[in-house]
Amino acid sequence: MLAALAAEVGDFVRPPIDWHAAAPELTLLAFGVLLTLMDIVWLERGRKWAPALASIGLLATMVPIITLAVDGADRSMFGGAFVVDKYALIMKAVFILAGYIVVLISSNYISEGDYWENEYYGLLLSSILGMILMASARDLITIFIALELLSIPAYMLATWRKRDLKSNEAGLKYYLMGVFASAILLYGMSLLYGASGTTLLVDLNESISASDSPSAIVVMGIIFVIVGFAFKVSAVPFHTWAPDTYEGAPTPVTAFLSVASKAAGFVALMNMLFVGFIGRDDVYEPMIFALAAVSMTVGNLIALRQTNIVRMLAYSGVAQAGYMLAPLAVASDVPDSALAATVSYLVIYAVMNLGAFAVVIAVARKTRSAEIDDYRGLFHYAPGLTVAMTIFLFALAGIPPLGGWWAKFRIMGAVIEANTVSGVVLGVFVAVNSVIALYYYARIGAKMWADEAPDGDLTPVRVPASLKSALVLTVAATIVFGVLPGLVGDVTKVSLLAGVGG
Amino acid sequence: MPEFLTDWGLLVITFVPLAGALLMMLIPQENEEAHKQVSLLASLLALALGIWYLIDFNYSDAGSLQYVVDESWIEVINSRLIMGLDGMSLPLLMLSVFVMPLVFIYSWDHIPHPGNAKSFLILMLILETGMIGTFLAQDLILFFVFFEVVLLPMFFMIAVWGGEDRRYASLKFFLYTLFGSALMLLGFLALFFLSKDPTTGELLRTFDMRVLSDVAGAGIVRSSQLLIFGGMFLGFGVKVPLFPFHTWLPDAHTQAPTQGSVILAAVLLKLGTYGFIRIAIPMLPEAAEAWAPWIGLFAVIGIIYGALGCLAQTDMKRLIAFSSVAHMGFVMLGIATLTDFGINAAIFGMVAHGLITGMLFFIAGSVKERYHTLEIKRLGGMLLQAPKLGWILGFCVMASLGLPGLAGFWGEFPAILAAYQPANGIPEETFRGYMVIAAVGTVLAAGYLLWLLQRTAMGEAPEEFANDPEIVDVKRIEWIAWAPFLFLIVLFGVAPGLIFEITDPAVVESLDNCLQLEGGCEGVAAAAQATFGG
Repeated sequence: MLAALAAEVGDFVRPPIDWHAAAPELTLLAFGVLLTLMDIVWLERGRKWAPALASIGLLATMVPIITLAVDGADRSMFGGAFVVDKYALIMKAVFILAGYIVVLISSNYISEGDYWENEYYGLLLSSILGMILMASARDLITIFIALELLSIPAYMLATWRKRDLKSNEAGLKYYLMGVFASAILLYGMSLLYGASGTTLLVDLNESISASDSPSAIVVMGIIFVIVGFAFKVSAVPFHTWAPDTYEGAPTPVTAFLSVASKAAGFVALMNMLFVGFIGRDDVYEPMIFALAAVSMTVGNLIALRQTNIVRMLAYSGVAQAGYMLAPLAVASDVPDSALAATVSYLVIYAVMNLGAFAVVIAVARKTRSAEIDDYRGLFHYAPGLTVAMTIFLFALAGIPPLGGWWAKFRIMGAVIEANTVSGVVLGVFVAVNSVIALYYYARIGAKMWADEAPDGDLTPVRVPASLKSALVLTVAATIVFGVLPGLVGDVTKVSLLAGVGG
Repeated sequence: MPEFLTDWGLLVITFVPLAGALLMMLIPQENEEAHKQVSLLASLLALALGIWYLIDFNYSDAGSLQYVVDESWIEVINSRLIMGLDGMSLPLLMLSVFVMPLVFIYSWDHIPHPGNAKSFLILMLILETGMIGTFLAQDLILFFVFFEVVLLPMFFMIAVWGGEDRRYASLKFFLYTLFGSALMLLGFLALFFLSKDPTTGELLRTFDMRVLSDVAGAGIVRSSQLLIFGGMFLGFGVKVPLFPFHTWLPDAHTQAPTQGSVILAAVLLKLGTYGFIRIAIPMLPEAAEAWAPWIGLFAVIGIIYGALGCLAQTDMKRLIAFSSVAHMGFVMLGIATLTDFGINAAIFGMVAHGLITGMLFFIAGSVKERYHTLEIKRLGGMLLQAPKLGWILGFCVMASLGLPGLAGFWGEFPAILAAYQPANGIPEETFRGYMVIAAVGTVLAAGYLLWLLQRTAMGEAPEEFANDPEIVDVKRIEWIAWAPFLFLIVLFGVAPGLIFEITDPAVVESLDNCLQLEGGCEGVAAAAQATFGG
């Protein structure tokens, strides 16, 4: 039976593989397997090596990324489904480094909480593998596989505090919403495949933008695909899972979800918009405009009312997703600036948000709480953490000379450059929202600096070495990005249009 | 050494305070003396550099930028690290570097509650870097960054070391200013993307303020110009603060610690007016002309409203804060005329207001320290109990109400005069109306200031303070910090040419575009030349 089938298919010829281009994925995969093997062979004795091995794996993955960047040539495999270009490499580097910081902030949390360490790092690596694959994916099926590869481990990580009800709620909510979104996305993809007969994004664009007005099926397909990713990046009105999941999940996992997983959603969305849909801006631009404007406004307004810092960061993340969507709403007018703006924002956002979560984890080591009121008087017993948190919060608010201003500046620059009414309107939205957001960031700043510590408890916070190094890295990066924004500016001069020829 | 200063000195003077702050971060918190010394030293160094520039400055060429630093910074948006000094920025630079050391001297034994001299002084040094940088920047993005750098330290100064309502006041200050500057940034970006070279018609894509002032909005359609100016108007207007956006100021001033109030009044408010004359007007003269009657209107409303507000205040510090609104109204009225006469007066007004109101806030701080209250009702008889303090208050009140012979006069009187004859294309009748209203404002100013003096300094000492041992006369540290202020108030009062001669060439230069467009401000220019002998 099988033989007959095989005969019918004919000899399978392996498509040519550029091993160098696939090296980052393969390296990370190898380390993930190694981590699992270590668990099987050494059992409990392997526990203490797990974080170290995971870090080494991530840093080792940076090596082929750097060699590919030095080489500089754009590479393409599998008929264009897997592309390695500057944009893909930058995003891969962001995912790897964000993953590395997550490992640093996880190690004490996970080992002290008596959680399953090997599995934790194994799942983390496989999720990151999905992300770096996503950066190269230029094909509907590849994108979907990458999305599932990064999501399924994340569902499990969200429930990692197994005996905690909130963590279970977090994971279940995330899982149900995520699967629902995947289903919608897949349905949209199938519509697009039906309309165009191809899964390759470049061909898809050619096919759907051939006619003057889109067919109903294409409109539905595009809408469903965008909705699917809107869940992933937690844009309003598809954001409802985020606050509960963020609050219940272990904090390092929350940091991972809010930075890496969100960035992966954006990468997928950008791949789709800039390569697959760029010719159909009449369909996606109004939709992205609405998502962006609503996300930043609603996210910020709800964040004003939060009393828990993680929930506040969740809603602020919703708003930040709105900022990042804004340039995509003018993607057809100024494609290169829009892409560079969102990529810049992702890079800087990753640094400052991870830093903020690192402080949250450090403070919770003493207070065992994430209530904003427990940050009162932090300056009196943890001045270093207070300065760091102040830097992150005001960077998130976009105050120069901290990194965030450059991110917001690029966003505003892109929408103004488009010189359209919708662009200017979005610019005003971003400006006004920055002010609203400042209120809740500054409020925490004032609480930390000006108030007395609750109960007069001034025992200092013990910050373990790995957490400390994560803080130092993120603080330094936040300041450097703000003072010398040229660094991010040069790196993010990227384009996805090469494949589309215009 | 001089060569180094001519080539790089502007960077040094900007970042000397910041370097001091970084050094202080390494010194442990307990060593308060060291912190005070380092901060004072850093600000004195900046002052010394400023004096060197004052001596070395080429006054015959005050209209053009000198000591220009031009280095690459953010290539991807073609924003460069450009700094320069001309007659318009020199007085304001000097004001900043002059005020700061005196504030540090005053801080020697006046660290407000809850202490922590280290953080307090570090914040003030960062503030100084931001202020100096704003006055020197010649690139819009660089200007924006420095303009915003002052926000964080000021926010924390009010939030941590402020009075009862510090939380509310600091947030209000922060939110108002950020709202303005966010829209201002949109305006900057629009300038960047829309400005065209007038001869070739090519897009310029530059943030260089020199270039943008030269092209003066060429190639941008009028409606866009008006909108862009509107964005800047909000950004700078909130900072000034112009009438409808002023409500943050009384709160911030009342709640801020003395040093914060002094810096806020002396320098921070000038960032807004400086933005108008350096950026908004030269870069968009056409829009400025259209907006001028509105700016003038808000300015005179501010003058009257501020004065009436003063009459209703029961708190001395709040009264001085409201008087700032009125005084900055005069400055804005001078600017709104778009004549070199008016803008010269405005710059003088900025310096004079900085010195006089800064000094008044110092006095308010000392009164609070002695009486533990600033409620005007409860004060009295200062001339009997602390005669020197009382006389200094009297002196500053006279200066503030614009007594001829003191600095305040030269800020107000020429501004009113300029409103008689605004630049061509601006409705004359409207501005003559404004002139009358502003003149009424000076009468009101005399009223509330003299009333303040009468209620606090004259009469018998109230019973509760009659034998209070804490009420002493001016202390030595206060003399050291205040004497330079008092000296300059007199000096600029009797020799206003010292400032007018520096600013006039630069103002004429920056209004050049307006002159070309209108073919007309020469008459006023000539009048100004005759008046100030420049």
